[in-house]
Amino acid sequence: MADVRFESVRKTFGKVVAVDDVDLEVADGDFVVLLGPSGCGKTTLLRCLAGLERVDSGRVLIGGRDATDLPPRRRRIAMVFQSYAVFPHLNVFKNIAFGLRMQKERKAVIRERVESAAKLLHIEDLLDRYPSQISGGQRQRVAVARAIATKADVLLMDEPLSNLDALLRMEMRAELKALLLQLGSTTIYVTHDQVEALSMGDRIAVMNAGRIVQLDSPLAVYDHPADTFVGGFVGTPPMNFLTAEIVAADGAGPLVNLSGGSFPVGPTAATLTGRKLVLGIRAESIFVEQQSGDGLIEATVIVVEPLGSHNLLTVRSGEDILKVSTSPRLFPEPDSSVWLRLEPNRIRWMDPETGAALDSAGTAPQNAIRR
Amino acid sequence: MSSRVVSWLPRLLIYLFGIVLSLWVLAPLYVITLAAFSSEEDVYKYPKDLLPRHPSTETLSFFLNFAGMTDALRRSVIVAVITLAISLAVGTPAGYALARFAFRGADTVRLSVVATRAFPIVILSIPLAVIFIRWGIDDTIQGVSIAHTALALPFVVLTTASVFANVPAELEEAAQTLGCSRGSAFVRVALPLALPGLAASAIFVFIISWNEVFAASLLTLQNRTLPAEVLALLEGAPLNFRFAGGFLLMAPSVIVILVIRRYLFTMWGRVVR
Repeated sequence: MADVRFESVRKTFGKVVAVDDVDLEVADGDFVVLLGPSGCGKTTLLRCLAGLERVDSGRVLIGGRDATDLPPRRRRIAMVFQSYAVFPHLNVFKNIAFGLRMQKERKAVIRERVESAAKLLHIEDLLDRYPSQISGGQRQRVAVARAIATKADVLLMDEPLSNLDALLRMEMRAELKALLLQLGSTTIYVTHDQVEALSMGDRIAVMNAGRIVQLDSPLAVYDHPADTFVGGFVGTPPMNFLTAEIVAADGAGPLVNLSGGSFPVGPTAATLTGRKLVLGIRAESIFVEQQSGDGLIEATVIVVEPLGSHNLLTVRSGEDILKVSTSPRLFPEPDSSVWLRLEPNRIRWMDPETGAALDSAGTAPQNAIRR
Repeated sequence: MSSRVVSWLPRLLIYLFGIVLSLWVLAPLYVITLAAFSSEEDVYKYPKDLLPRHPSTETLSFFLNFAGMTDALRRSVIVAVITLAISLAVGTPAGYALARFAFRGADTVRLSVVATRAFPIVILSIPLAVIFIRWGIDDTIQGVSIAHTALALPFVVLTTASVFANVPAELEEAAQTLGCSRGSAFVRVALPLALPGLAASAIFVFIISWNEVFAASLLTLQNRTLPAEVLALLEGAPLNFRFAGGFLLMAPSVIVILVIRRYLFTMWGRVVR
C-alpha cells in the first residue's frame, strides 16, 4: 500500500503536449479515476506513473519515494492493460505466476498466491488453459488476477473493461469494484466512459487537453462541474448550456433572460446581475408542464425518445436546443408546445468566456482547479 | 443428392492439389535419393526401376571417400552454421529495433538493407575476392561465411522486423511492470513469441548459404564448400556420381527443415498439424 503524488508532471511527444503540468495526490487506499476524452493525456499520465514513459519534467512519487527515474520493475506497481496483454505462450497459471516468479518467490508461495488470485476472479478452473483457449472476458480476468497476485503497492488500470461487450462490462464493473474494495489497494483507473467513472471511483479526476480540470467525488463532478467541458462530458445526456443574462426586476428578485423567455431566480444569483452568463442545467432538473404558467418558459418539441425508465425530449426554446428528461408516460407530439420549469437551485452558472463555473459571488468555487 | 456432390467436391480438389504439390516436391527428391543409392548400371538402365532393386551405398561411399568430399561437406556445414549464427546475432536485434523504435533514419536503414540485395553476388564477388586477398582471408571458411552473411543478413533483418512487429509491444510492457527489465522482457516474452518466425528465417539463411555456389567458387580454391566442389568436379563425371553429389547437397537442408519445422508450427500450446 502506498500513496501516489504527481508534481508538475509534463510529457510531450514532439510538439504535442500530452500531459501539461499535472499535480495530483492519491491517498493510500484511494480509488481515483482518470476520466477524459481520447487524447486528453489520461493514459500517458498513467504510463508515466508505471514508468513506461519518462516524464519531461516534474516528479512522480510512490509511497513517498521519488520514482521519477525508476524503471517499471522497481516501482512496486501492477498494471492491467486495455488489450489485457496476457502472454499467449504461457498458460493461465504461468501468466498469473509471472510477477511472482520474477520476484523469486518460493514455489509453494507462488502456487498459493496464484490460486487465491484465481479464486477471487473465478478462473480457478482455467489454470491449465492457454489464452487462445479462453474467451475475452476470461482473458480480462487473467489480466486482473496477474496484476493483483504480486500484491503491488499501486494498481494501475488502463481502460480494463473497454474491450468487453456491454452486458459483460456492466457485470465486471460491479465485480471489479467489489474486488478492489476488498483488497483496499491504491488504484488509479483510466477510462473514457463516464458511467464507469461515476460508478466506480472514490474520486474522479476529469482531464482535458493534458490537464486535470476537476478533481472531486463522482457526485460533485456530476452536480457541480467545474466548467462547461466537464458538464458536457460527464452525464448522459450532457448538461444543457444556454446563453443567459440576469437582470434586476422589481419585487420578486432578479430575472433570468433566455432566448426563449424569462423566469425569476432566487436572490442568491443577485450578485451576477447584469452579467452575460452561461446557464448550465441537467436534463433531469428541468420539469415539463403541459400548460403555460408562472416562471415557465415555452419550448417546441423536436423529438421524443422513449428509454424505458424515462423519456428523453429534445426541445427548442428560442435559439437553444435542450435535452429534457421526463416521465416515461409523457409523449408530447412533435412540434407541439411544452412549458419548462428550470429548477433554480440546480442551475450552475458559467463564465461565457472561460467556461469556468461561477458561484453566486461571481468567482470560481473551491473545487475548480485553476487553469 | 447434388448438394452432397457439391460438398465433397472442393475437398477432393484440395486433396488432389495437395497430392500434386507433394509429388512436385517429393518426386525429384525420391529420384535423386534412389539413384544415389543404386549401382552404376541401375542408374543407366532404361526403363528405370521405381523401387530400389539393388540398394547399394557403393557410389555414395566412393564419392564420399573421393579426395576431399567429406571435407567439403564439413566445410559447407561449418560455413552455413557460422552464417546462421552471425546473421541471426546481428540481424535479429536490427529487426527488433526496426520493429519497435521510431528512430531517426529508420526508413533509410530499411531501404539500404533492401538496396544491398540490388547488387548481384556476381558483381560483388570480384571486389570481395580482392579485399579478402588483401586481408588474407581468401580461400578460408571465414571468408565464405562473411560473404554468405552479407547475402543473408538483409533477409534476416527484414523478416525478423516483421516478425517482431507482430508481437504486441504491450506484452513486453506488461512484463516490465511485472518485474522484468527491458532485456529480460525481450528474452521472456518477445523472443518465445517470435520463435516460429525466427525459425523460418533461420531455415532460409541456412539454405541460402548451403546452396550458394558462385561466391564460394570465386572466393576459395582449396577450401571449397560442397556445392562449389561438386560443381568443379562433377561436370564430366558419370551420372551416378552426379546423383550422389545431388543427394549430399540435398540431405542436410531436408534435415534442417525437418528439425526446425517443429518450431515453425508450434503455436503456443498446440501443434498445428
